Amino acid sequence: MKRMLSGNEAIARGAWEAGVHLAAAYPGTPSTEILEELSRFPHVYCEWSTNEKVAMDVAVGAAYAGRRALATMKHVGLNVAADSFFYASFTGAEAGLVLVSADDPGMHSSQNEQDNRRFAQFARVPCLEPSDSQECKDFTIAAFDLSEKFDTPVLLRTTTRTNHSSTPVELGERTDVAPRRKKFPRDPAKYVMIPANARARHPLVEQRVLDLAAWAEKTPLNHIEWRDRAIGIVTAGIAYQYAREVLPAASVLKLGMVYPVPERLIRAFAAGVERLIVLEELDPVLEQEIRLLGIACEGKSIFPLCGELDPTVVRRAAAAAGLAVDRPPVGAAALDLPELPARPPVLCAGCPHRGVFQLLSKKKVPVAGDIGCYTLGLLPPLSAIHSCGCMGAGIGVAHGAAKAGIGERMVAVIGDSTFYHTGLPALANVAYNRSNVLTIILDNRTTAMTGHQSNPGTGLTLQHQDTGVIELEPLVRALGIRRVATVDSYDVAGLEKAYKELMAHDEPAVLVARRECALLPEIRKRWVALEVVEEACTGCGICFRIGCPAILKSEEMDAKSGKPLALIDADACTGCEVCAQVCPHDAILTRDQMREAREHQPASCFTPLDGGN
Amino acid sequence: MPSQSAFSFVLVGVGGQGTLLASNILAEVGLAAGFDVKKSEVHGMAQRGGSVASHVRWDKEKVFSPLVGLGEADVLLSFEKMEALRFAQFLRRGGTVVVNDMAIVPVTVSSGTSVYPDDEHLARVFATLDARLVMVPGEKLAQDAGNVKAANVVLLGAVSRLLPLPEDAWWACIAQRVPKKFLELNHAAFALGRTNAGAGAALGA
Repeated sequence: MKRMLSGNEAIARGAWEAGVHLAAAYPGTPSTEILEELSRFPHVYCEWSTNEKVAMDVAVGAAYAGRRALATMKHVGLNVAADSFFYASFTGAEAGLVLVSADDPGMHSSQNEQDNRRFAQFARVPCLEPSDSQECKDFTIAAFDLSEKFDTPVLLRTTTRTNHSSTPVELGERTDVAPRRKKFPRDPAKYVMIPANARARHPLVEQRVLDLAAWAEKTPLNHIEWRDRAIGIVTAGIAYQYAREVLPAASVLKLGMVYPVPERLIRAFAAGVERLIVLEELDPVLEQEIRLLGIACEGKSIFPLCGELDPTVVRRAAAAAGLAVDRPPVGAAALDLPELPARPPVLCAGCPHRGVFQLLSKKKVPVAGDIGCYTLGLLPPLSAIHSCGCMGAGIGVAHGAAKAGIGERMVAVIGDSTFYHTGLPALANVAYNRSNVLTIILDNRTTAMTGHQSNPGTGLTLQHQDTGVIELEPLVRALGIRRVATVDSYDVAGLEKAYKELMAHDEPAVLVARRECALLPEIRKRWVALEVVEEACTGCGICFRIGCPAILKSEEMDAKSGKPLALIDADACTGCEVCAQVCPHDAILTRDQMREAREHQPASCFTPLDGGN
Repeated sequence: MPSQSAFSFVLVGVGGQGTLLASNILAEVGLAAGFDVKKSEVHGMAQRGGSVASHVRWDKEKVFSPLVGLGEADVLLSFEKMEALRFAQFLRRGGTVVVNDMAIVPVTVSSGTSVYPDDEHLARVFATLDARLVMVPGEKLAQDAGNVKAANVVLLGAVSRLLPLPEDAWWACIAQRVPKKFLELNHAAFALGRTNAGAGAALGA
């Protein structure tokens, strides 16, 4: 029976059917659901590692120990894990070792759109690329077999569109693959990469690429679909689907393995068609491989280099090159479409980060940000983040600016999970090299952006085991930072007081702003909608400046100022009280005031205090 | 397009409105009815109150692209009025747009920097596309069924009316996806949506 599975669910299913013993990952869109799904299967150990490099090493260790192992991450996670990926290519392993890199063409949720097929070429590791969920499952299983056959890690490269599309998948049973070793290998020539041993490994790795290329000629992962011979398309991954959609009559060479490429198969295909076209998303990886074989082809001269492909983009480009007929949609002008208000993602109502950004916005300090929900602190009206590059970058960037002698005191903000990920070594550097950076750890007790995964601060593992909490304050003090304060993120005055105290000293300091994410299920139960007292509100607009989506402009105007009064959306408000604290006229009732008022009023006037949702 | 054998749907709304559940059900219904099916959606940052879109495609033969091209959707289902306009160009000429009669005002409007489009504009844009516009009071009907949160199921009920499948085919898939204690509520919501979808002919009929 076929079931609709997302690409991520199918990869998890494939790993399980392939008898995987261990899987490690750090959450990152679009890869996160692979481990969430796999962690629910029996007989597989799964963990959220502290970062992608650690996840890769954990998987390598399991594979050295003779157990099939999987590491998954988003594309930029492989930048973090690259060091481990490269040595694993040199050493190989004792059992199947598969790395999933989920790339994000179009940058739906990422800081760049790097093409990680380049990493396969770079590290001499074979790369498989599925084009739908059935292939996600099948290729994952094939990747484990390939890994063992050629003693190499295998890169399974997916893209957002395959990860997050669902297509029918035929389910299979688990193959119980017995561990290949009883004891950890004592084979230094293979596993201890001192220069003398590594030199001996390098030629083996290059020979492996040649052997894989020979295998690529015969594997059904690569195949030709002969149709009309006027146009021949070489394609892989999701681009295959667009090729079939837009150019249904064309012959296709579909590469399931995109590195190394099968030379003879490509030559045979090229010789059999009149016009050879490479259709691939992002970099001209296949195009360059084909040109290196001395075969003329077209690719990026037709299709865009930047951004995600889709049927409209491919059709338009193909039509311009005379390959297809365009079907232009009715234009925005012909439709008389109005300029529509943007609907950018915003910090949620009740987000505990809001109070901190309200403070930083008021202080007008330079803030080096980091990756997480809190990056949204850059948006107006808060506009309180001035740099954000990658996971863990903010603290180092702030330190560098401080050490270079900038005339402003630098602040770094970083979430709890990101701090454990790569913030920790950067803060050790601040402590060691002594800059006066104020690091604010936004501790919302979860990895929120990717959907509330556990981390070393939550006391729970991925597979719901209780574990110790790595407490931030003793950790930070152990680095030698003397100025450490902890404040409730909802305490606006408390945040400012602690900020002032820490900034009064010319030395490294850490402010832990702590409050659970308002969207956590147990916190939702405690939501209470606040209310505006219209008689007290003057329409001054200060509460609008905290950028809370639950605070609306009322249709009622203040009689004196003629400005709209504030209105709280009872369905959205969580009762965090940040707005009530910034209101200079006490025009927003706090939870206590609401309770008090309710005792003197008919109950029906107020939203129930016990929430319920 | 008599006896249509392929359908493309684009479901749009605001993060948190339940578009994902609706697109899941739509995909399952198609699969159970013997279509090849693909569904595509985006997770991550957009879910923080941003515009969201899912694509669902059914084809008696084979679906290739999981994404619907511009001007190729048979049905645009919008959980929010302005989002129907934002994604209007996905609808093919003569397609059907089902719009939840509800406005979620973005911060950019409440802060006064931009203006929310009026209903007249909505009607005009879809008239230009020769589209059939079906307005559904999703929240009101869901409330009548027992809970405002069932608005997504009301909207599915409205869409079901347009397609050549028996009501049972829909109901079987929905029943699998909702908790037992909410079965009755969802059944009522679906039925209200289905009966309030207007009297127009089904697609491909």
